[in-house]
Amino acid sequence: MQRRVIFNNRILPYLLLLPQLVITIIFFFWPASQAIYQSVLRQDPFGLRTTFVYLDNFREVLSDPLYIESLRVTIVFSVAVTLFVMAVALLLAVMADRQIRGAQTYRTLLLWPYALAPAVAAVLWVFIFHPAIGIFGKVLAANFQWDYKLNGTHALLLIILAASWKQIAHNFLFFLAGLQSVPTAIVEAAMIDGASSWKLFRTILFPLISPTTFYLLTINLVFAFFDTFGVIHALTGGGPGRATTTLMYKVYMDGYVNLNLGQSAAQSVILMLIVSVLVWMQFRFMEGKVHYT
Amino acid sequence: MIPKAFRNLPVHLILSIAVILFAFPVYLALIGSTWDAATIGRGQMPLTPGPEMVENYVNALTTARGGRIIGYPVQVFLWNSLRMALAIAIGKIVISILSAYAIAFFRFPLRMFFFALIFLTLMLPIEVRIAPTYKVMSDLGLINTFAGLTVPLMASATGTLLFRQFFMTIPDELVEAAKIDGAGPLRFFWSIALPLARTNIAALFVILFIYGWNQYLWPLLVTTDRSMETIVIGIVKMMGTGEAHTDWNLIMASTVLALLPPVLVVILMQQWFIKGLIQTEK
Repeated sequence: MQRRVIFNNRILPYLLLLPQLVITIIFFFWPASQAIYQSVLRQDPFGLRTTFVYLDNFREVLSDPLYIESLRVTIVFSVAVTLFVMAVALLLAVMADRQIRGAQTYRTLLLWPYALAPAVAAVLWVFIFHPAIGIFGKVLAANFQWDYKLNGTHALLLIILAASWKQIAHNFLFFLAGLQSVPTAIVEAAMIDGASSWKLFRTILFPLISPTTFYLLTINLVFAFFDTFGVIHALTGGGPGRATTTLMYKVYMDGYVNLNLGQSAAQSVILMLIVSVLVWMQFRFMEGKVHYT
Repeated sequence: MIPKAFRNLPVHLILSIAVILFAFPVYLALIGSTWDAATIGRGQMPLTPGPEMVENYVNALTTARGGRIIGYPVQVFLWNSLRMALAIAIGKIVISILSAYAIAFFRFPLRMFFFALIFLTLMLPIEVRIAPTYKVMSDLGLINTFAGLTVPLMASATGTLLFRQFFMTIPDELVEAAKIDGAGPLRFFWSIALPLARTNIAALFVILFIYGWNQYLWPLLVTTDRSMETIVIGIVKMMGTGEAHTDWNLIMASTVLALLPPVLVVILMQQWFIKGLIQTEK
């Protein structure tokens, strides 16, 4: 796709592109190609010799019980965050979409958590759910032996909650925009035909906003996979044990903290494939291909 | 039939509960920042403001030194975060608007290849290439530098896509007219394309400021010197493993200072923010 009327200049377009390309190549493509290159090599323990090992690193990573464990944690965490966020956000958006007084104010008051850094959200939730000093944490500790520092399930619950908060605000905005773009004529016709609120939602609103829903589904998965690093790093450090070590957190630990380069590179390549699939899905849904009208 | 005001009661109830639940963590942080560390450490913090608000904020901003924490002045962190957020937002906008202009208004060899290259960066977030990117940074001597903190985050596929999309909507007649009047590509960019794009620029700026302010993984990798730290990293380090008897009053005061700028930006520039959010993602 290109404009019909354009300017003619041989050098200028390259100059305009230069800053973007320089940064992209040095900080994106060069490191990424290094990751791919290292993922098929192995260094001896003294770093003297490197040998080409085909897909051995991948085989090793994928048969490593610790990796499988972190894959399980990632799936539980991402599915929980995605479902929780979308259910709450959709409920709130449907409520705020009604012709009620103060709809604008509600929107503002539900939108601001989007501005919070995930790690800051983590600090705020620790302050509430700390087993010794947190206002809810104390009560839970007394009744259910709540302690997110010792109990893996509790830790997972807390990072799901802390991660979801900000994302609910984001999803709420998109659901609301989706609902408000449904033509009023269709809604009014259904109401004249005597459809109940539930039936209106289930047979008209929900199908019509399905492009938004699928789009948010992929956005939330990307968020849960990658952007929640701050929550985990600040709140649990991947623990207790490995209860909150996601794939992303494991790459960070192996590559940056423990410096296991070959294995970490293989993990990076696997993550690249996952992101590529998710981005591809996101752009497909964005074009509105999923639409049942 | 039930009057409308009453029929809407459950709706108002659900929305109000959500509003309160959303605000509660921040309310608690505000309260925590007005008490002393010992009261909080005993688990006896009331739900009403305490007497030490001014001391806590002054302490956090100037020394951040408490009974347990030997901190670093939070004002340094705030200044670092502000500089970083502004540099990333402005840098990203400049770089992506230039490249989008090149792709939209010129025809030249490898045009689509470059466009694809920029688009592909979406598939390579920093999270998937931590170790090799760190190596590049240290080879170039960019660890603990302001340039290292900001420049690598300035390449933006979303910004380029957004501006390209916008440039495609500028009518051909306008370009023809400008060319007949003798405007070259740079003149057209400066006098026509840029002013037309200003609402897009403003919306993108709001989104990118928040994006920059909230960065976590990148500053964690690139800065080891405390004087270079951002506020978000600084707070997490202050909290450490989250012992009961730490200086929660200082941590909470710093947390309030950390969340105030981006939250104010969202609330005060809500129209730009919503426009930007829906544009950059849709």
